[in-house]
Amino acid sequence: MEIEVLEQTTHLYMGGKQQTIAAIPQQPVVVFIHGAQQDHSCWGLQSRWFAHHGFSVLAPDLPGHGRSAGEALPSVEQLADWVMALLDAVGVEQATLVGHSMGSLVALEAAARFPQRVDRAALLGTSLPMPVAPMLLELCRDDEPKAAALINAWSYSPSAQLGGSPVPGLWLIGMNQQLMARQRPGALFRDMSACNAYARNPESLAEIVAPVLLVAGSADRMTPLKAARALLEHIPQARLTTIAGSGHALMAEKPDAVLDALRQFIAV
Amino acid sequence: MRSQVRCDPPATSTANGILMSYQFDTLTLHAGQIPDPQYGARAQPIYLTTSFVFKDADQAAALFNMERGGYVYSRIANPTNAVLEERMAALEGGVGGIAVASGQAALHLAITTLMGAGSHIVASRSLYGGSHNLLDYTLPRFGITTTFVDPRDLSAWQAAIRPETRLLFGETLGNPGLDVLDIPQVAALAHAHGLPLLVDSTFTTPWLLKPFEHGADLVFHSATKFLSGHGTVIGGVVVDSGAFDWAASGQFPSLSEPYEGFHDMVFTEESTVAAFLLRARREGLRDFGACLSPMAAFQILQGLETLPLRMARHIDNTRKIVAHLASQIGKGVAAVNHPDLPDHPDHTLAQRLLPRGSSAVFTFDLSGGRAAGRAFIEALKVFSHLANVGDAKSLVIHPASTTHFRMSDTALRAAGIHPGTIRLSIGLEDPNDLIEDLHRGLTAASKV
Repeated sequence: MEIEVLEQTTHLYMGGKQQTIAAIPQQPVVVFIHGAQQDHSCWGLQSRWFAHHGFSVLAPDLPGHGRSAGEALPSVEQLADWVMALLDAVGVEQATLVGHSMGSLVALEAAARFPQRVDRAALLGTSLPMPVAPMLLELCRDDEPKAAALINAWSYSPSAQLGGSPVPGLWLIGMNQQLMARQRPGALFRDMSACNAYARNPESLAEIVAPVLLVAGSADRMTPLKAARALLEHIPQARLTTIAGSGHALMAEKPDAVLDALRQFIAV
Repeated sequence: MRSQVRCDPPATSTANGILMSYQFDTLTLHAGQIPDPQYGARAQPIYLTTSFVFKDADQAAALFNMERGGYVYSRIANPTNAVLEERMAALEGGVGGIAVASGQAALHLAITTLMGAGSHIVASRSLYGGSHNLLDYTLPRFGITTTFVDPRDLSAWQAAIRPETRLLFGETLGNPGLDVLDIPQVAALAHAHGLPLLVDSTFTTPWLLKPFEHGADLVFHSATKFLSGHGTVIGGVVVDSGAFDWAASGQFPSLSEPYEGFHDMVFTEESTVAAFLLRARREGLRDFGACLSPMAAFQILQGLETLPLRMARHIDNTRKIVAHLASQIGKGVAAVNHPDLPDHPDHTLAQRLLPRGSSAVFTFDLSGGRAAGRAFIEALKVFSHLANVGDAKSLVIHPASTTHFRMSDTALRAAGIHPGTIRLSIGLEDPNDLIEDLHRGLTAASKV
């Protein structure tokens, strides 16, 4: 559905359910926050399970992405504010946040700044900080297709580079390439700049009260497993689930393992 | 912490210093296939099973509601077929594919996924006879009509588009004159009207031409031909580029509005880039049922493994045969119709779109008429006289005495076919043997 968030039209996927806004707060709410140059569709399988098992699912296209209006927001902090505004727009006081890559930083920032509103946070493919190589950042600004090709190639594990999609007949590398190509010019540079600039002091994460799940792929070359392990030391309530063999594109490469990890964390 | 360097270059191939995915020849062998995790089989196992055992009730429900990926019933999806589907998507540069029972089934699936009664197609008039039959005679019975246009006349394509048009369709190389479809221009016209371009890429295969790189939105193949390559199996595959925005077009409610037949699913909501494939599988394969046997999928995969080697040889042999036949003009040969030749109307376009060569299937005209054609065919020893193309073996047919035998010479000429027209599909034999065989035929034809 389309809703207004901060006076801008936002496209909201609800896990395949047609729900009214009034019905959303009647169930536990899970917000799925996509990563750079993505949209809600990266959460397809996982969000459908939650929507059909007693949860209200909010999987927005972030501003300037997919079918949502506006420009991509320039910082992780502003994205966290925007997620709170999304909850306000649908009358939800508290929700579980699930974020991937850039979206994981948004969930982390929200968990740190809005402890009353985030009851759990699942961070997939995460790293703090999340520096972007200067060469890649320049490419994002100057040559989006080339940058997207690079990111796409680095997002998948060596085995997934040759396919073997868990969903029959889909070529995952091609899927991601097209999804990135669908986003508006400039969004990629804004997203990657936001990741690169995010500088929350890891020591401050000790204040997070919400339970946190870190999900890392053992073959992730974008946000390596060691980054999740480092984060684990700074968040008191965090636990880590490692998904064997997965690259950065966890939800596409290992959808069942991601769903199982999220279910064990959220649907208990 | 800043020392956690992100985006370390992995050890895969590079092009111009930029990391890219695996190259075409590697993908023909590996794309889509994970070595069998149970026994380690290197070859792709043939999963000859109708159905798949659920792990538990929870997993079963999740599979039916698209909460997990996997297999339920081989009419909808099968692991052997899925390797073929992924491999073809990788080779074409698409987002995914669907393997079906034949090339005709692929065309039917593409059309019926996009439209219903009251819809209209604009198609090239230079089509394979089977495609022409479906569009001109069969689909009108179900309310889908087609206007056929000269594929070289862009204004004719434009003039034929109506409010109810939902698809533009042509062959990369038209039948029988090898008209080269100007994919960039026809695709641009389609997109200006919010419509997709579907291309039959059977003659060219992705080794010669990748239509998505030039703007096509959907591609299908008769895998019976060059993809499988050995004349042993009937099959088809349709591949989606993922680039067409069905929701933005607003003309495809089958993809962008709730589908009562599958949990009110809105396919463009579920998958931004693979909505077409979702509906085609969840409705088209499920209900029309033109699924491919896993045995046939395996045979096509076997063929694909050598596609680059075979296509290179097909094209190399064809160049030699075309040059030889061109040298016989005035000596029993009236004309040779191949885009590689400077006098072909699409020679320049072929050089641009098909730099590796354009086709191993082409026609030439004998100086004599029908009788000369019959004599030519009957004298051949290496070329096989049959109705197929794209075999490893060289093939020949004389349309005036076979596929078009009921037509008068006048009617034949109107269809672009000469009474002495011979169609060749050049195989992988020694080219000198093929040239000698053709010489035998030309000698016999000259005596009529």
